[in-house]
Amino acid sequence: MSELVVEGLRAGVAGLEILRGVDLEVRSGEVHAVMGPNGSGKSTLSHVIAGRPGYEVTGGSVRLDGVELLGRPAWERARAGLFLALQYPIEVPGVTMVQALGESLRAAGRDPGEVGALIASEASAVGLDEAFLSRPLNVDLSGGERKRNEIVQMGVLGPRIAVLDEIDSGLDVDALRAVSRRVAEMAAHGGVGVLAITHYQRLLSELPVTRVHVLQAGRVVQTGGPELAFELERTGYAAYGAEGAA
Amino acid sequence: MPAPVVTDFDAGLVAAIPGPAWLRDSRLSAWEHFSSAGLPSASEEIWRYSRVDDLELGRYRPPAPGSTPSRDLESLPPGLMELVAAAGERATVLVVHNGATGRVSRPQEGLAVQTPGEGLFGADGELRLPLQGPPPDVFSTLNAALCEAPWRVSVPGGARVAGPLVVVHWLEGDGLAAFPRLEVELGPQASLDVVEVMASGDEAMLVVPVTRLALGAGARLRYGQLQLLGPGAWQLANQVSRLSRDASLLSMSVALGGDYARVRTGSVLDGPGGESELLAAYFGTGHQMHDLRTIQHHSAPRSRSALLFKGAVAGTAHSVYSGLIRVEKGAKGTNAFQTNRNLVLSDGAQADSVPNLEIEDNDVKCSHASAVGPIDESQLFYLESRGVPTGTAKRLITLGFMDEVLEKFPVAAMVPWLRRELAGRLAAAGLPEPGSGVGEGS
Repeated sequence: MSELVVEGLRAGVAGLEILRGVDLEVRSGEVHAVMGPNGSGKSTLSHVIAGRPGYEVTGGSVRLDGVELLGRPAWERARAGLFLALQYPIEVPGVTMVQALGESLRAAGRDPGEVGALIASEASAVGLDEAFLSRPLNVDLSGGERKRNEIVQMGVLGPRIAVLDEIDSGLDVDALRAVSRRVAEMAAHGGVGVLAITHYQRLLSELPVTRVHVLQAGRVVQTGGPELAFELERTGYAAYGAEGAA
Repeated sequence: MPAPVVTDFDAGLVAAIPGPAWLRDSRLSAWEHFSSAGLPSASEEIWRYSRVDDLELGRYRPPAPGSTPSRDLESLPPGLMELVAAAGERATVLVVHNGATGRVSRPQEGLAVQTPGEGLFGADGELRLPLQGPPPDVFSTLNAALCEAPWRVSVPGGARVAGPLVVVHWLEGDGLAAFPRLEVELGPQASLDVVEVMASGDEAMLVVPVTRLALGAGARLRYGQLQLLGPGAWQLANQVSRLSRDASLLSMSVALGGDYARVRTGSVLDGPGGESELLAAYFGTGHQMHDLRTIQHHSAPRSRSALLFKGAVAGTAHSVYSGLIRVEKGAKGTNAFQTNRNLVLSDGAQADSVPNLEIEDNDVKCSHASAVGPIDESQLFYLESRGVPTGTAKRLITLGFMDEVLEKFPVAAMVPWLRRELAGRLAAAGLPEPGSGVGEGS
């Protein structure tokens, strides 16, 4: 049993505080959705958990199975069992998925020789053509292909906790279904704890969730069961005082 | 066995180098040109940023004339033999020792490899391939004065040589001054791939190579130079190409070795429809400096040149790229592009990039772009977030960055060797190789 515990997390950019004390707990096999309007701090939350440079962390803690992640480089957090699927996966010219994940497995003491077969199997699970896999990471891939590509990498790496940042954006219905099914499988059968950050309820109609958190102005302002997402769909974020809420 | 060296670096030495009368005369003439011109200084624009002011010619001595033994490929370091073997069974191999003596093995049909190539020299001492204009710099002239064995490679019109020509210059001897020269001439519609390798041990030496490539109408040449000189070597190299009508050239320079290593690459497009693709990949660490100067010279209509030079510096290394696109009046419909990109991998390293355009005709399409900067933080984060340790991620990104050039090396079978060599040098510079775990926790 693994758990990610976020406590009183405060962080910002260039002196502007964006997260103002976030508390969350995600355990193995659970799927949590973090929902919120634009500007509520959703992406900042995912980046700060994963250790993306450019943010100032001013307080709180992020622990994975008791290990403090804050202050560690991103690759050590991944080694500890964390995975981040980016909202906008980055192009890395000249570096293939086989090379990158091979090095990751090697660093983790696993056999890098198995990476090709693992990738092929994960790619078929989300309906991604294998031809994409020999290309440099994310180069010349459509938005939807990039998102499937992120889930392929998640499957190969087998994290304890996965943070999915707007994995549903830019996906058509079929792709959303394939990605959601694979994530749900990994949670149910692989014991992955999932923190799915999204703006829309659409993802939750495909991905069964355990808990829903509403993030507003850098704080979790409400937590509830799946029904909360459907209520949000009806009322929008206006009830939480969001400016220009959808 | 190290080659013997002599102590007189003057006209007497030039006169003592063996060869037919015409060659000896032209050497003396070149020596006069060199003597009256003198050495350049870093105050001249074309030598700006260079280390030429640190050059002490008197510290180096050419091999004693006529005394250099030839070398077999089998006597070279194993890494070099592997590289040559990668070129395959059909490769013609020429091993040149200290720029003076060479040996050809397995010459392919249609390929003439000879020294000295008769009739190559003009009255001014410059080798007289059909190249116009004055010699590109004084070191080219010095080469003409002191080159003991100018090698000439020619392919007659219409001939397509099946395997590549691999020329290995092996250089050895503490304080050696060497003047290798390779001239390649392709007749109309002829086709050839050439790889030229510069390699040495660790001794201090001065290497002044000249490479000239002349392409007849519709000829196709792919040329790759690989510079693997040792850490004590200074190199002042000149490469010149001239393209006749509809000729096509791919020219790549891979510069990894040397202490100070300069390459001046000039491509003259003076026949309509000619196409030059000029590529370079360079990596330096420690105290190394790679100094690359280019000129894309268009003097005929509808010619095209595309230049992509990519480099990386680590440690306290320095690199300089300075390039000029020159389009003469009347060269209508010219397309000329110049791109230089540099990765700076450490705080102490420096890369300078100076692009220039000189355009005298309106009906042209020219552009230049240059970039100098550290590894992209987003790319690094992306790989790290997959669990790739920082140093390994930097190595992967740097190799990926260079691969855009390396993958086009004229002999594709040599590319894996190049990648391994570059990865090894990145590792030595502190960017770990797979599995080494150097500098990173586990």
